[in-house]
Amino acid sequence: MNKLITKKRIGFGDILIMIILTLLSLTCILPFIHIAAKSISSNTAVLSKTVYFLPKEVTFNAYSAIFKDGQLVWSMFYSVILTLVFTILGMILTICAAYPLTRKRLKGRKVITFILLFTLYFSAGLIPEYLLMKQLKLLNTFWVLVLPLAFSPYNMLIMKSFFLSTIPDSLEESAFLDGASDFTILGKIVLPLSKPIIATISLFYAVGRWNAFADAKYYITTKALQPIQYLLSNMLLSSSSDAISLAEGAAIQSTPEVLQAAIVLFSTLPIICIYPFVQRYFVKGIMLGAVKG
Amino acid sequence: MKNSVLDSKATQIAQPMFKKKGMLYFLKRDWQLYLLVMLPLIFVFTFKYAAYPGIRMAFMDYKPAKGYAGSKYVGLEIFKKIFQDKDFKIALRNSIVFNLLDLAVSFPAPIILAILLNEVKIHWFKKVTQTVLYLPYFLSWVVIASVMLNLMKPESGLINIFLMNKGLISQGIPFLTEKNHWAVSYVLIGVWQSMGWGSIIYLSAILGISPDLYEAATIDGANKLQRIWHVTLPGIRPTIVTLLIMNLGRLMGSNFERLVAFGNVQVVDFQYQLAIYIYEKGLGASNFSRATAVGLFQALVGLVLVLIADKIAKSLGENGLL
Repeated sequence: MNKLITKKRIGFGDILIMIILTLLSLTCILPFIHIAAKSISSNTAVLSKTVYFLPKEVTFNAYSAIFKDGQLVWSMFYSVILTLVFTILGMILTICAAYPLTRKRLKGRKVITFILLFTLYFSAGLIPEYLLMKQLKLLNTFWVLVLPLAFSPYNMLIMKSFFLSTIPDSLEESAFLDGASDFTILGKIVLPLSKPIIATISLFYAVGRWNAFADAKYYITTKALQPIQYLLSNMLLSSSSDAISLAEGAAIQSTPEVLQAAIVLFSTLPIICIYPFVQRYFVKGIMLGAVKG
Repeated sequence: MKNSVLDSKATQIAQPMFKKKGMLYFLKRDWQLYLLVMLPLIFVFTFKYAAYPGIRMAFMDYKPAKGYAGSKYVGLEIFKKIFQDKDFKIALRNSIVFNLLDLAVSFPAPIILAILLNEVKIHWFKKVTQTVLYLPYFLSWVVIASVMLNLMKPESGLINIFLMNKGLISQGIPFLTEKNHWAVSYVLIGVWQSMGWGSIIYLSAILGISPDLYEAATIDGANKLQRIWHVTLPGIRPTIVTLLIMNLGRLMGSNFERLVAFGNVQVVDFQYQLAIYIYEKGLGASNFSRATAVGLFQALVGLVLVLIADKIAKSLGENGLL
């Protein structure tokens, strides 16, 4: 009796914890609300430093300036395609590696696992990899942003643990004894049971590709092949020529600050759009998958 | 047990054809599995392992125009040069200092957060907080840096305006444009970005602790803090050890994108770390040998640290990683 009551009662400690968590959550949300408010406020309001969390004198000029800028719109479209191709390939590779490595009857399983994971702990380094890309004639191509990173050993580990922990061995074994081939077991039993982890790992691949810009900085010089985050890093972080060129075209409508805010939000839009939908899957997926990092 | 069932079935099929179970037998039985795993293997060999021979540049006076064949081996000459290089010493010092800072602050944060989240009794509150706290992890360093630069501008940034309006400061704080302030902001933003995401793995470990232990502790009169100290923390110790080992391996590495995103002229003294050194000397100044040697040094130290940490963990009776 007593125990039940203490379990349900919300005490001082609970309130303290909730206050701490609320404050932490606010630090994750308020900066973006502030930027969003700035992006649809008028120049004068932003310059007078009075825009906090609500927009003032609402205008969408900055966004229309973005849509008038060919480079940004193209880069956005290009990045979406790049992310899709990358995610699909990444998923195929990850499933192809994770499923066989969970089959205990597979000879050489340990060696193969070691080969696949070793690159996680020891990488050749920037220059040898750069020269390899050059040798493979991949520099300044679409594929240099897809192929080298498409297989992630870390994602493979998570998927492998998920298969091991959620799909009972007996299920696959009985199918195997009934004469089902491995392809059939994978397609008809394992994958349909693995929707949460497929959603989770797809999100990891997609977000990883969407956000990365280092490889583009290393391997891409052609403007048309630059993904949006790389373009962004050139526009927002340095006073390079890109920042000026767009600002000139849009100067009549927006100050650089309003425009910057709009560009940041614009480039994050795809993540904000898919995040809530995949979110409910990934907590479950990572929890079951992350038994051992 | 299960294996023996499988094996007996396998033997039945195999008996007439093979006397010994050689590789051919397993290839024939599991060809579909081998076919599947071939694809990722081809990928790692083509795009990762194929780069390993390039490491020999670290022991050569590599001239890009001449290629491997035309360049001379110089033994450890390149490494000797590096350790006399002032830029390298600065980059090495910064990498070590900032990684230690990151480890000291960013490593415990998700553990504490997971414990706090676990104590929340209101379901919807927990869910909403989690969703929100994971968000920064999904944003690129460019986006985070430009948002933070905006918020932390000395004159017009929201944080400084707020502090000035409250009368707490009379002049804006240069959070990201003065090197000492930058160091603090850089580390704290790192915590902020990874804390929520990092807590998931600890939360799942906490869920694995038997509720009986908590009940027993409660019956014994343990309060909330005592339960956390005596039940929760010991329960997630294996997870903490595993992640600590993995993190130690990154003690030499640094996140190139994070450094690039937060870099500016005023803070270059601290921002200049090994990843930047390798990029600038390698792709910037085309000093391939030197950049490769530093990369090799970084990778080897990381690997050795992981192995040592793993040994120590095992000798302390933990599971270890490898």
